[in-house]
Amino acid sequence: MTTAHETATAAPATGKAAAAAAPSMNVARAASLITLALLLLAPLFLKNFYIFQMTQWLIYAIALLALNILTGGSGQFSLGQSAFYAVGAYTAAVMMEIMGVNYVLTLPAAGLICFVFGFLFGLPALRLSGIYLALATFALAVAMPQVLKLHFFEHWTGGVQGLVIIKPDPPEFIKTIGVKMSQDMWLYYFTLVVGIGIYIASVNLLASRSGRAMMAIRDNQIAAAAMGVDVPLYKTLAFGISAGITGVAGALGAIAVAFVAPDSYTIQLAIALFLGMVIGGVGWLPGSLAGAAFMVFVPNIAESISKGLSGAIFGVILIIIIFLVPHGARQIAYMAQHLIGKIGKSS
Amino acid sequence: MLSLSKTRIAAVSTAVIAFAVTGGNALAQKKYDTGATDAEIKIGNIMPYSGPASAYGVIGKVQEAYFNKINAEGGINGRKIKFISYDDGYSPPKAVEQARKLVESDEVLFVFNPLGTPSNSAIQKYMNAKKVPQLFVATGATKWNDPKDFPWTMGWQPNYQSEGRIYAKYLMKERPNGKIAILYQNDDYGKDLLKGLKDGLGAKGASMIALEESYEVSEPTIDSHIVKAKATGADVFVSITTPKFGAQSIKKVAEIGWKPLFILNNVAASIGSVMKPAGFENGQDIVSANYAKDATDPQWANDPGMKNFDAFLQKYIPEANRTDGSVMFGYNTAQTMAIVLKAAGDNLTRENMMKQAANLKDIQLEGLLPGIKLNTSATDFAPIEQLQLMKFKGDKWELFGDVLSGEAGG
Repeated sequence: MTTAHETATAAPATGKAAAAAAPSMNVARAASLITLALLLLAPLFLKNFYIFQMTQWLIYAIALLALNILTGGSGQFSLGQSAFYAVGAYTAAVMMEIMGVNYVLTLPAAGLICFVFGFLFGLPALRLSGIYLALATFALAVAMPQVLKLHFFEHWTGGVQGLVIIKPDPPEFIKTIGVKMSQDMWLYYFTLVVGIGIYIASVNLLASRSGRAMMAIRDNQIAAAAMGVDVPLYKTLAFGISAGITGVAGALGAIAVAFVAPDSYTIQLAIALFLGMVIGGVGWLPGSLAGAAFMVFVPNIAESISKGLSGAIFGVILIIIIFLVPHGARQIAYMAQHLIGKIGKSS
Repeated sequence: MLSLSKTRIAAVSTAVIAFAVTGGNALAQKKYDTGATDAEIKIGNIMPYSGPASAYGVIGKVQEAYFNKINAEGGINGRKIKFISYDDGYSPPKAVEQARKLVESDEVLFVFNPLGTPSNSAIQKYMNAKKVPQLFVATGATKWNDPKDFPWTMGWQPNYQSEGRIYAKYLMKERPNGKIAILYQNDDYGKDLLKGLKDGLGAKGASMIALEESYEVSEPTIDSHIVKAKATGADVFVSITTPKFGAQSIKKVAEIGWKPLFILNNVAASIGSVMKPAGFENGQDIVSANYAKDATDPQWANDPGMKNFDAFLQKYIPEANRTDGSVMFGYNTAQTMAIVLKAAGDNLTRENMMKQAANLKDIQLEGLLPGIKLNTSATDFAPIEQLQLMKFKGDKWELFGDVLSGEAGG
């Protein structure tokens, strides 16, 4: 647990040393390269349990990234991400267990189904904005576990009992090149590759014409419309893309945990995702990693301090963070960058 | 003469052999798996200390207190118990994470009494793949008694389907031509009990059911469902509800002047948290079933088992609320665990833990009703399969009839 936590926070610290050695090098780039190296190498030295925790961390980071595109990119709130996550998870579970589809293929399917679902939900959401939209998505999150329990779907979803998934083994080619890899490690690297792919695509999306259109809507809807941005299209598109990525995260989550049940995707998950986004810094994509680390590890820290008061301690930690760094990890990163810049100049 | 000496030799050699056998047993090599040493046995546990089911968290606290008591009294076979209990917030993915932490990081000998059907379903495959016992799970679902497919998982309490069948048996005898209205909670527990009831009623019973109505845990009141049930003209009402809704159903039935044969499921049969708040006068003649003693029931005031229970609470966990049925549940389960550990002796392997757990013979616990016994075998992983019917009279439950078995299965 601590090791994984360090990898999340150690990146800026080690980045400091690297930047001092080569002041011309972009600090942010150095930090992301070091983070990537740590993400690639860490599992080689960790026990399977910690690798599993890191996989969960990455999966939540992907889900947070999706929420960041929606809120940070297009300025729409959502408390309903758990519903998209659930749809993605169930898509993977039903495809793998009932239809016998390979787990790799379930990811694009989950993404596509959630994209359509999110896009359609985005249509009525157009009439709502700000907190009202948050409420509408909240309703979605509350309804989802009950919908999954419906008798009508029970044949596929397993109803309240959920579905058990068989965890995939590492593919044959890894064995043939003589590398011994556990299921957990394979899933970790699989998740990492998917996560990096989604991250690069998201960065490019936000830097593209569509991304600029979304951000224009976020900053001033009327001005954006006046400049010829198709507001309804880009708003619903943002919803669809966000839901699609969340669905992929949900599918990965289902495969890693090897079990889906309605109780896995309650409103608690939606709130945790929302928290994670704020902790990571709204609109700052790398912050998703920090936010996800908060989601996975802080409850464990709180529990180790006191079992009976874990919720209260979690709350206290949350308040301290919001009070000290209201912009979350993003603020810490800027502070670190600023500091490094100073050191670079003085030396 | 010769024959006499021969018999003597035979007797002596038999004695020697017998001694050798028992001596061999006593000196048998101590066998350990991960999690057990000469000094300590590590037991893992997962409880919802936070989240929607946090009311059950007290079970883990009582179990911890009970193991503290055992340690204070010298441990089991000289070994102290280290009880490691984690919070899963009733979330299955978190349960998987905590189970893996217990097995791979804390390296416990086995996981004892993890709570909740969804959480246990989520970890069952993992525990069986790792061959780590998932002992005495705290859920009434029927699927835990499956030694063939899941030899490392065992239940504890009577399952909900058995309970449903017992009510069906009673109804077939009592009201063979009755008209039944059923209210149930829309989750795994409610549906499981409903299935048992319907299976028990059989084909003929299907025509007796006038209404199957479900409610969601999130509903503030279930009054409208009760009014609807009465409107069907039913003369039997089965309330498959959790405590809060159980009390509501008793109150509302009395309020609208409905006088059906009222069956209240065991989950809501607590005197302290259901019958008293609903009003004793409203609860007269309600029928239910139980396997454990209700600490709030005055008939056990002088019962030696109950006295031990109270002494334990006072000394080791005085803040526990004895009227809460979960406290008794924690006490009974921890006691079962202690019995199994004692029986395992110095052979503390995971395999032997399962073997001993599957070798309970007519075990009576202090907190269970007289006549309810724990029995397991290599093919029977359901320790408690019996229940006794009871009727509410005055301010207590009156047990009646024989101890019944629900013939649980699929």
